[in-house]
Amino acid sequence: MSDTRVNPAGGLTVQSLKANPRQARKERLIRDCLGGTALVSVLISGLIIWSLFSEAWTFMVEVDWGSVWDIGWFPRRGIYDIKTLIVASLIVTGIAMIVAGPLGLGAAIYLSEYARPGVRRTLKPILEILAGIPSVVLGFFALEWIAPNVVKTLFGGPAAGSLLAAGIGVGVLVVPLVASISEDAMKAVPMSLREASSGLGARKITTTIRVVLPAAVSGLMAAFIVAVSRALGETMVVFMAGGAAQTAVYTHDPLEGSLPLTAGMTSLARGTDSVVGEGLTFQSLFFVGLMLFVVTFALNVVADRFVHRVREQY
Amino acid sequence: MAKARLIGDRTNKMMVQAMERRATDVRGRVFQITLLVTLLISLFILGVLIVDVVVDAWGVLTGRPSGFLTGTMRSLSGDPKLGVQQALVGTFWIAVFVAVLAFPIGIGAAIWLEEYALKNRFTRFIELNIRNLAGVPSIVYGLLGLFLFVKSLGGLTGGKSIASAGITLAILVLPIVIITTQEAIRAVPQGLKEGAYGVGATKWTMIRSQVLPYAAPGIFTGTLLSMSRGIGEAAPLLLVGAVSGRLGSNPGFFDFSAINAEAFMAMPVIIVEWVQNSGRDPGFAEAAAAAIVVLLVFVILMNAAAIFLRNHFEKKRG
Amino acid sequence: MEQAEPEASPRLGLDIDRKMQAAVPNSTGDTVFEVEDLNVYYGDFRAVQEATFTVYEHEITAMIGPSGCGKTTVLRCFNRMNDLIPIARVEGRLDFREVPIYDPRVDPVEVRRRIGMVFQKPNPFPKSIYDNIAFGPRVCGMAKKKSELDGIVEQSLNRAALWDEVKDRLKDSALGLSGGQQQRLCIARAIAVDPDVLLMDEPCSALDPIATARIEDLMQEIKNDYTIVIVTHNMQQAARISNRTAFFTAQLDSTTDQRCGLLVEYDRTETIFSNPSDERTENYVTGRFG
Ligand SMILES: Nc1ncnc2c1ncn2[C@@H]1O[C@H](COP(=O)(O)OP(=O)(O)OP(=O)(O)O)[C@@H](O)[C@H]1O
Ligand SMILES: [Mg+2]
Repeated sequence: MSDTRVNPAGGLTVQSLKANPRQARKERLIRDCLGGTALVSVLISGLIIWSLFSEAWTFMVEVDWGSVWDIGWFPRRGIYDIKTLIVASLIVTGIAMIVAGPLGLGAAIYLSEYARPGVRRTLKPILEILAGIPSVVLGFFALEWIAPNVVKTLFGGPAAGSLLAAGIGVGVLVVPLVASISEDAMKAVPMSLREASSGLGARKITTTIRVVLPAAVSGLMAAFIVAVSRALGETMVVFMAGGAAQTAVYTHDPLEGSLPLTAGMTSLARGTDSVVGEGLTFQSLFFVGLMLFVVTFALNVVADRFVHRVREQY
Repeated sequence: MAKARLIGDRTNKMMVQAMERRATDVRGRVFQITLLVTLLISLFILGVLIVDVVVDAWGVLTGRPSGFLTGTMRSLSGDPKLGVQQALVGTFWIAVFVAVLAFPIGIGAAIWLEEYALKNRFTRFIELNIRNLAGVPSIVYGLLGLFLFVKSLGGLTGGKSIASAGITLAILVLPIVIITTQEAIRAVPQGLKEGAYGVGATKWTMIRSQVLPYAAPGIFTGTLLSMSRGIGEAAPLLLVGAVSGRLGSNPGFFDFSAINAEAFMAMPVIIVEWVQNSGRDPGFAEAAAAAIVVLLVFVILMNAAAIFLRNHFEKKRG
Repeated sequence: MEQAEPEASPRLGLDIDRKMQAAVPNSTGDTVFEVEDLNVYYGDFRAVQEATFTVYEHEITAMIGPSGCGKTTVLRCFNRMNDLIPIARVEGRLDFREVPIYDPRVDPVEVRRRIGMVFQKPNPFPKSIYDNIAFGPRVCGMAKKKSELDGIVEQSLNRAALWDEVKDRLKDSALGLSGGQQQRLCIARAIAVDPDVLLMDEPCSALDPIATARIEDLMQEIKNDYTIVIVTHNMQQAARISNRTAFFTAQLDSTTDQRCGLLVEYDRTETIFSNPSDERTENYVTGRFG
């Protein structure tokens, strides 16, 4: 006990306040190990970029670029019409946002501005459960329920898969995402703004639409962009309910089946159980993947900016 | 209110007017009801989804529940030996990989970022990088797995093996583990840390004795969420080569040799497989629904536990 | 504040301080802290400028002054607690028992084992009462055996005048104690590692008068074993318990246009409260300031 006590007769020196070398070594070792784990994420990013670029580069160098703008996606026959995939992706994403935008935003406004705490406590977890549903399950649901009950009866489309069915399925999938980011944005709006507005005699609806939503607009933008990025990258729903297998002829009709970027990749990899087929099939996979990565990355960076703006504001 | 009364009659009158107006505020009512309806639609979809799946699965689940869990992949939906055993084994091993790789690395990285890292550009770069990784589509992780673990490191992992799949999914959930753990660590009160430092604790002692215990529920919530994400993810598995068609072998749960054997199945993939088979053999749709029920039981239980845990501790700690 | 400003030439203030320090009456005890020209910065912002004073053994030294004048900042220099704030920077001399504690060879952990701290808000760990007290001895490797640890816990709680209240519930959570009890627990936790000095940052500001009185009594009792430096906003408290008082104020730095903490006067407590040599001190202690 007395060894930490200082002898008033002048026993304390710099030496006695030096770190215990064994302990210092242990602390350094732990710090370095933890730092190493943090670097793993950088390594992963590097590997992702390297793997995408190296194979996509081979594709871009060796491919006959005429086959990249053609009648459809037939990779095993050397026809890599990229616009088929891109247009299908855009259609699915557009439909998904038409579904998820209003539903997610409405749910968010209700939860943030109108729901009483008790109601909120029960409804919010249910929405979070919906967020956790795996996308294969929504793929099944889109194909088995949305296609016959919504696409066929309401839009006169096929009862089997179609871009519309896939789009609605993806929309359902991103509703919770839109709702939760939007709700966070609206919750970040200071109470004093709302009080100031209602203090001037504004009704709740006016306060919500004229004050809260404009104040939260950065966050709402972020929600929308993240949802677009997520919808573009969504794979299983479009693969299972997109209405095309392996190959697709170019179409821009939502009631037909086609292959969005992700579905094109999946069906290629899933084909006759090896992607190392003829010519550049393997590399084309990475070319498509690279395009998807670049676009979603850009969207995420933009969304991140918006989220930061929310933080700076309040 | 008290203030308003002090200010005087005019304010009072205005408030009374405002209250009367509210009673007849039709637009406001309609708006509120519309909002509620949008929310209810989302919840209704969730309900329809679950009812639809359960109705489809009913025959299989009530007819031969244990046979379905112990059966294997078959070419006909009517086969009495049809079941998800191989898929359960695959998913079990994927979960093990996630737990062994993603949890320690993710928690370690979060501790470093929150407690050790200087707030400089390098740290901000790492954090930005992690946020971006969290937004990378899952299929891109599949490409990484295909390139790195199946092709480049195929000798070690056995190519299209459960090991390749497990590592790929561990990488996929890593950003989620890091971000949720960071949030949990950030919530630790500064007073606790200073209290520990104040009696001469070293940094690691402080972390081990104060930060980790306090953040444990939050960290656990994050691991549950990422685990449920991991076992539900299908796209990367299709790329790192979960088999299509029949799986030859039927390994047991603790069959280590199967980890880097070339062929595996997993719950989300068997669902895809059966949904595709349902084109030629409609009975497979029911099998797929039954497999979904099995998967959803795990996923929803984990998510619900995570949400409950989080809300519970949020409330307790104010 | 307005009254202080007309004469607010920082240079002048500093010169007065220097002279005054020389006039501090000789002390019986040894020197514990020797502070000279201490400057503390948060980033570019200078929070404390050129403080010079000495803390003597077995005394209670109080630091008073208006909010934001840097009392906490100075206090946290004494055990290098502001190392935890990445942007904080300390310049000048700060010797503890003649050892410069900001020497690069010195380990802040070793410093903190000898210089304990009690915080403004009671911050018991969310553990049992026993484990709260035992935490320090454990991390310092002070007790080899359980019985030794038990002894330390009992002794520390006794000294903190808490033993009788908690001896039957040592295994209960410390969070179940009242605010005053929690603060005494924190004092017990700090003295369990047998430090040389106790730093206290407004230890009573969250407590009622009765709990405050108990802690003041406690400080009088333990001051024979420890050296205490306390920050307080309560001038009666400073007058009641301390031997020496340092009065800080925040002064407008004309070059940077920022408010910067300044040690105005340091002397025996009686002198500070009855016969201060600086007008600003007099205004503050008589309540005419701020
Ligand atoms: N972590 C920090 N980062 C930046 N500035 C800080 C930090 N802590 C304190 N300051 C600034 O340093 C100055 C002195 O603060 P300090 O907390 O030491 O004052 P104080 O005298 O203890 O005040 P109080 O009586 O209110 O506790 C203040 O202007 C404050 O804003
Ligand atoms: Mg203070």
